[in-house]
Amino acid sequence: MNRAFRPLLATTAIFVLAYIAAVLQYPSMLSTRVLGNFLTDNAFLGIAAVGMTFVIISGGIDLSVGAVIGFSTVMIATLIMWAGLHPFVAFAITLVVSAGFGAVMGAAIHYLKVPSFIVTLAGMFLARGGASVLSPDSIGIKHEVYTTISRSYILLPGGGRLTVIAMIMLTVFVVGIVLAHRTRFGSYVYALGGNETSAALMGVPVARTTILVYTLSSTLAGIAGIVFSLYTSAGYSLSALGVELDAIAAVVIGGTLLTGGYGFVAGTFIGVMLQGLVQTYIVFDGTLSSWWTKIVIGGLLFMFILLQRLVFSASTPRKKAFRKS
Amino acid sequence: MKRQTLTSTLLRPQFAALAAVMFINWLLFPGFFTITWQDGRFFGSLIDVLNRGAPVAILAIGVTAVIATKGVDLSVGAVMAISGAVAAVMVSTGTPATIAIPIALLAGLVCGFWNGVLVTYLDIQPIIATLVLMVAGRGLAQLITEGSIVTFSDPLLSYIGTGALLGLPMPVVIALVLMIVTTLAVRRTALGLLIEAVGVNRSAARFAGISSRLLLLLVYSFAGFCAAIAGLIVAGDIRGADANNAGLWLELDAILAVVLGGTSLLGGRFSIPMSVVGALIIQAMNTGILISGFSPQFNLVVKSGVIILILVLQSPQAGQWISRRFVPTTPPAKRSAE
Repeated sequence: MNRAFRPLLATTAIFVLAYIAAVLQYPSMLSTRVLGNFLTDNAFLGIAAVGMTFVIISGGIDLSVGAVIGFSTVMIATLIMWAGLHPFVAFAITLVVSAGFGAVMGAAIHYLKVPSFIVTLAGMFLARGGASVLSPDSIGIKHEVYTTISRSYILLPGGGRLTVIAMIMLTVFVVGIVLAHRTRFGSYVYALGGNETSAALMGVPVARTTILVYTLSSTLAGIAGIVFSLYTSAGYSLSALGVELDAIAAVVIGGTLLTGGYGFVAGTFIGVMLQGLVQTYIVFDGTLSSWWTKIVIGGLLFMFILLQRLVFSASTPRKKAFRKS
Repeated sequence: MKRQTLTSTLLRPQFAALAAVMFINWLLFPGFFTITWQDGRFFGSLIDVLNRGAPVAILAIGVTAVIATKGVDLSVGAVMAISGAVAAVMVSTGTPATIAIPIALLAGLVCGFWNGVLVTYLDIQPIIATLVLMVAGRGLAQLITEGSIVTFSDPLLSYIGTGALLGLPMPVVIALVLMIVTTLAVRRTALGLLIEAVGVNRSAARFAGISSRLLLLLVYSFAGFCAAIAGLIVAGDIRGADANNAGLWLELDAILAVVLGGTSLLGGRFSIPMSVVGALIIQAMNTGILISGFSPQFNLVVKSGVIILILVLQSPQAGQWISRRFVPTTPPAKRSAE
């Protein structure tokens, strides 16, 4: 077994075990309805987490995704309800704006040599502030496109519903996996996260890759914003508060190394599903309060960071010993 | 090391920025500098800036020490919520405040110590190590308050948030004392030098005989302790512990204050009084936006504008560009003089 896949396997095993444990306690959790809701309720988080995976693999961090989601929902709402644009035009404009936002952040990180964490922190303030300047109040969206989309779904065997937004998330994950493991851009991102200097010496276009990574992350946050506005039929400047932390947690739980250069987009999917499982379990239980979600996710985060340390500190010296013998 | 004179200190850009922000505030609101004496304490917008800025200033003191070791502490906001919750719950269940306050401070110390253990013994990146507590901490605080806002009417605890000593609001007094004690501790002993050494190069510092691990544990515990003080102030101010909102996003304000104060995020250079000045700049901007009648939503936009400006000014690229553009003859002139 390839040692590199161990964190991914561990995450999958924990998810399966946790799900089995939950099903043993509440047999009704084993249904396509629950699974369909997993996908629908976490669609925006999953999409944002794909972008975060790329950023973390490249050795950076993006704290602005939650704010960009919030900004996108407000922008879509104002464009549809106040400017009277068709939703699809509004979506296109929002994606262009969010992509530009990410490109500027990426350029600032590369050319100003400022840590990504500070630049995206400024981006987070800017996007949240911009959203609340556009509209401090929640704007409800009423449009036939919205009602059509929220009504259309594929019926799964067992009564579960695969909604449009769940399908958008699954598509984003598939595209993300292909992009990370099967394209030149993907290998550039891995190289950059492994070691920026070596990557540059090997001919990786560092400036272009950095800018593209943050553009990708913000664009996906924009898509997540579209999905969020479809999910809630509203635009609110404070929506998706703290989603960046959930996304980072999902990426880490999915086995991506926080120092960059190593990770899987597929693992992030399991990470998102694991968070969904925790939330659903708490809903099923009924007596546990919602704050337990935060504690359990914090605990999982800690466990996986420990696991990464153990796997990597155990694997490095062993390789050396192997070479010596 | 060269000793700095008072005038050169006062000429730093941070003081210029603070003066500029206050001048704009004065233009917007002519009564900005008016201070009145009433009920045995000072009142006025200026005092208000100091009072509202005190929690962030206290957080910034702790975070400065952490950032000086090339780390960062994202959990201070959550630790504020925890310490406030501990104090409020203990006081409301009948424990005297003289016991509840030390225990709340101890809770902050323990949180900071936990961060320190993750960073030193498990060798986890500081952003991630403190992220764990940032995510879980608020949940823990809600566990302590059992999800509700715990209110109390304890005189000592509310005195910390709203009382006055020598005419100054209590938070200001606490922040001032903490700043002076910490500055003396790091500048009149070798502690500051050791912290800077660890920040510049941790393994080199270890080879030079500095016990980096102990120092890092100390620094993270100190940041947790400062956060606990700030948490007590915020809880005392509203006479209640709100686990959801106490200290929410204040970790970002604290980091911003430290960056504004000129402490290098790459470690090795720090100034605690300047971080406090940074916190005052942020608060003066907040107050200015409020009294000018703009909606508070502009606050975040203005704040991000200021961060971007400072980042651009601090970046090596901008420094090169400015020196090329405005002082083109200096480097050759120096060389010819040599």
